[in-house]
Parts: sequence; C-alpha cells; structure tokens
Amino acid sequence: MSLSTESPGESTGTTPQSESAFVAGDIQVSMRNVSKVFAGRTGWLNRITGKTSADFLAIDNVNIDIERNTFVSIIGPSGCGKSTLLNIIAGLSEASAGDVMMDGQPIEGPGPDRGMVFQNYALMPWMTVEENIRFAVETVHPTMSPADLKDVVREHIQLVGLAGAERKHPQELSGGMRQRVGIARALAIDPQILLMDEPFGALDALTRGFLQEEIERIWERKRKTAIMITHSIDEALLLSDRIILMTRGPAAKIDEVLDVPFDRPRDREAVEAHPAYRELKHEMEQHLFRETRAVEASRLS
Amino acid sequence: MPTSAMQRARKKQRRGEIDENVRAIGLFVLSLVIFLGFWEIGARSGWFSKGMPTASLTLQELWWWVTNPFFNNGPNDLGIGWNLLVSLRRVAIGYLAASLIAVPLGILIGISPVASKAFNPYVQLLKPVSPLAWLPIGLYLFRDSEKTGIFIIMISSIWPTLVNTAFGVANVSKDYLNVAKTLGASQWRTVTRVIIPAALPNIIAGLRISMGIAWLVIVAAEMLLGTGLGYFIWNEWNNLYIPNILVAIIVIGFVGILLDQMFAYAERAVSFGGKSE
Ligand SMILES: Nc1ncnc2c1ncn2[C@@H]1O[C@H](COP(=O)(O)OP(=O)(O)OP(=O)(O)O)[C@@H](O)[C@H]1O
Ligand SMILES: [Mg+2]
Repeated sequence: MSLSTESPGESTGTTPQSESAFVAGDIQVSMRNVSKVFAGRTGWLNRITGKTSADFLAIDNVNIDIERNTFVSIIGPSGCGKSTLLNIIAGLSEASAGDVMMDGQPIEGPGPDRGMVFQNYALMPWMTVEENIRFAVETVHPTMSPADLKDVVREHIQLVGLAGAERKHPQELSGGMRQRVGIARALAIDPQILLMDEPFGALDALTRGFLQEEIERIWERKRKTAIMITHSIDEALLLSDRIILMTRGPAAKIDEVLDVPFDRPRDREAVEAHPAYRELKHEMEQHLFRETRAVEASRLS
Repeated sequence: MPTSAMQRARKKQRRGEIDENVRAIGLFVLSLVIFLGFWEIGARSGWFSKGMPTASLTLQELWWWVTNPFFNNGPNDLGIGWNLLVSLRRVAIGYLAASLIAVPLGILIGISPVASKAFNPYVQLLKPVSPLAWLPIGLYLFRDSEKTGIFIIMISSIWPTLVNTAFGVANVSKDYLNVAKTLGASQWRTVTRVIIPAALPNIIAGLRISMGIAWLVIVAAEMLLGTGLGYFIWNEWNNLYIPNILVAIIVIGFVGILLDQMFAYAERAVSFGGKSE
C-alpha cells in the first residue's frame, strides 16, 4: 500500500509515507488523483423554485494502491465519502477525475470480478436463501451445469454457517443471518476482490462480534483482496492488514495509512494483547475524534 | 418457553380471535335484522315513496332469480345467470386485452425515462375521461354492441394497471438494481428476474383496481347495449319493477366481492411476508 496525498506534509501518521510512488508487492487496485464531484441542482426550474445547490466535491485527489491478497479497511468520519470511494471501485459510480485501475485495466463499470456486500444486505425478498445465491452464480456463470451450480451454492451456504436455512426467505431471518447470505452471495461468484460497505453496521454488538470472527475465519481460507468500510476501530484492527484513514468532507482526502502487523490467523484476544495494539487504537481514536470534532464545529458556525 | 406455556398462549390468542369474530358476526346479524325490519315496516306503512317494494318481496324475488338462473324467453326475459355470463364474458375479454397492453407498456414506461416522458401526456389526458364518453365512439366504430362493450371495458381498465406498473417498476429499490449490476446481469435478466418480481405487488394492486373499474363500468355501459346485467336493470326500469332492480344490485355486489377477493388472494401471495429487504 502506498499513499501520496497532494501535500504529504499534512500526514501525521505513525507510518511515515515516502513520496515515491514505488511500493513493493503486487498492486491490484490503484486510484490516481481520483476526485468525485456531485453536480448541484441548476437550471431555470430549480432557480424559480429556489432549489438550486452548488456542486459538491466529495473526494478530492485521492491516491490509493491496494496490494493483492490484503485486507484493507477504510475508516473516516460520517459522510466523508467512504461509500463514494467504494462505489467508484465497484463501478457503480464514476470518478469525476483521475484513473481507477484494476490489474492494469481501467475500471469502466460494475462486474463480477468484484463481489459486493451491502450494508442493508440487498437480498431479493422473493427468493429463498438458496435462490439468492443461485441467482448470483447463474448470472455470472450462465453455462455452469446444474450439478456444479448446486455444489457451489451448497458450499457457500455451509461456508457462512447457514445450513438448514436454505429454503427460508430473507424476511424470516435475523439481521446477522441475512448478512451471512449477503456474504455468501458475494463469495459464491468467486470474485477477485470483495467489497464491503459497513457490512455489520446494522447489527447489534454481539452479532457483529460473531460475524467479524466468521469473516476472519473465511478470509484466512480464501485470502482474497478485501476492501471494507467500517466505523469500528476494533473491527478494522481485527481484520485488516492496512487501514486507510480518511479526512472529513467535503473534499475528503486520505490522511494516513496504517500498517497492522498482527500475525495471522488472528483472534481477538491475541490481537488485543499485541504490543502495537494500544498505539494503533490510540492513533485511530485521535484521528476520528479530531475529524469528527471539526465536522461538528463547522456545523455550528 | 416450555411447551405447556406455549400451548396456553396459543389457546388464549385463539380464544381472543374467536371471541372477536363471534361479536362481529353478532353485530352484523343484528344490524341486518334492524335494517330489514325498518325496510319492511317502512314499506308497508308507506314511509317511503309509493312503489317501494317490501324487504320480504325483494328477498322472495332474489330467491326466485337465484334458483332459476338459466331460462331464455327472448332478450327481454332472460335468466339472470345468462345475463351475468354475458357481462362476465365482456369483462374478461376487455380486461385481458387491457392487461396485455398495460403491463408491458407500464414496464417500459417504468424503466425508460424517455418512454415515461413521451407517453405520460396520453396517460394524463385519457385517464380522467369517463368511460361512458367512449360509448358513442365505440358504437360508431364497431356498429356492434358486443364489441363496443368490450372496447369500453378495455379502455377504462387500462389506466390503473398501467400507472401502477410504471410506478412499481420505476421505484424498484436501487439496492436490487445494484446487485444485478455488480453481477453483470444482462438487461433482459435484470428485467425478468429482478424488476418484474420486485414490482409484482404493485402490478397486482393495479390489476385489482382495474378489475374493480371494469366491473363498475360494464353495468353502466350495458344499460345502453342490449344484454348483460346492466341491460337487465334497464329493462326492469322500463317495466317499472323495482324488486328485480334490487335483486340485480345484490347479485352485482356479490360477484364484485368474488372478483376482488381473487386479487386480494393474489396480492397476499406476492407480498413476500411484509416486504422490504
Ligand atoms: N448522489 C449524491 N448527490 C449529491 N451528494 C452526494 C451523493 N451521494 C453522496 N453525496 C454526498 O457525498 C458525501 C459523501 O457521501 P458518502 O455516502 O460517500 O459518505 P460516507 O463516508 O459513506 O458516509 P457514511 O459514513 O454516513 O456512510 C456526503 O456529504 C453526501 O452528502
Ligand atoms: Mg456510507
């Protein structure tokens, strides 16, 4: 992972960032000078009704490199542009400026090489658990034989611990179980990269803890590149190899990138006992506190 | 929870439901008795206008018509069953044709903003027009009461289905569409496997309203057409025999309930147990 913001001097990271773009390792996703502007409302109709708004610069000149087979978390104050960033990588949204590359090719739209886990699960309510996963696999591999299809679906249902719930509809499941389906669906298409936008944001603390450990277990088996947005410092520390800290918006940038040195496979206790744990956690708390306070202050003025 | 406690809770809940239903039926029967009694006494003692039939005579007529539905002594003396079948046939054909147009067109309008803007003026202009305004046009075009009836049903039952389908399709959750996009689903697959199932509750709701309108309109249209339940009423009006008009109203109401309940059942079947996610 390398990082170069416009003014590297701003970076207050514990891991000093070199200005050179060179990084060791195999870069899979790279963003170069990426900005995103949401167009404001203009035009005579809006002007008459007094509903015009200015253009909004959500993220400004961001550079990120993500190495293959690493788990990267993005953390930052609410509304800073994390989802915007992830949607650009997913191809659901287009960068206003800059280059987004995956394996040397520009990202031009969404595709099954990137599997997405949604915060609100986004399961089709008219399909059972099994059908939701099968729909994904069938869409990506239309020529797969029914027998193989069945195997893939069953394998992933087992992987996330949903055996027995195959024929249930999403609305019969708890939030935690629904997100297991979401994760199984994203993994079943065998993507190069797993993208997760606050996958556990809507869950209670206990369920959240269980699912974090599940993700850790699953990730150790597959070691796919993963990019996860989170608001939880502990979640990021348990799962990630790198943590990207974003500044507040508008014109959000990347503040610093933390290396997480804990050995894998991880468990919560070992992570918390690690000598670097306190320092990293402190660093992240400081960052979030500083940025969030600035957001609140700007809201007051 | 121990099973005995669960059984007790279930029994208690069921007793509550039975209790409620018993009381509702009791109230219904009571109000019906009061209504019929008031009608009977009022008609006998001349509280209403002069020709007002009594409740007992009306019920006798109802019984007679329902037990002798299928006789045929010429167009002005036809069993109510035949008339009902004639009306149902017109509704079925006109409604089916309307649905076959409205659902695909609604899907197109819901998906494509261009189609939506292009076709919206037609919908807005024609939707509020009373179906009976089309009657002279239909008669002039087809010179045939049967085809005119079907035409009127079609043109009046197209709009609710069209509008509801377009609304449902346009408002399919962005999340489902994003899922389809990230999977790289084709346009066809997205429409058939995601958009249509997601919009189905709205489509069925539109079909249900359309059916209600078709059943409302057929009676009115048939008064001017020559057969069917509407004509039955018109004919009895010409005979000045009010009890048979009341009989027809009751029959029309009951058939309307049956038709509506079919769609209510379909609606429940596609509502994915409380919607969302
Ligand atoms: N379609 C849009 N049009 C205009 N502004 C938008 C749009 N989408 C997002 N924004 C703005 O861009 C900024 C970043 O939004 P984004 O959803 O990426 O934030 P986030 O970091 O994911 O926030 P959260 O932590 O609440 O999920 C916000 O200020 C938001 O209001
Ligand atoms: Mg977000």
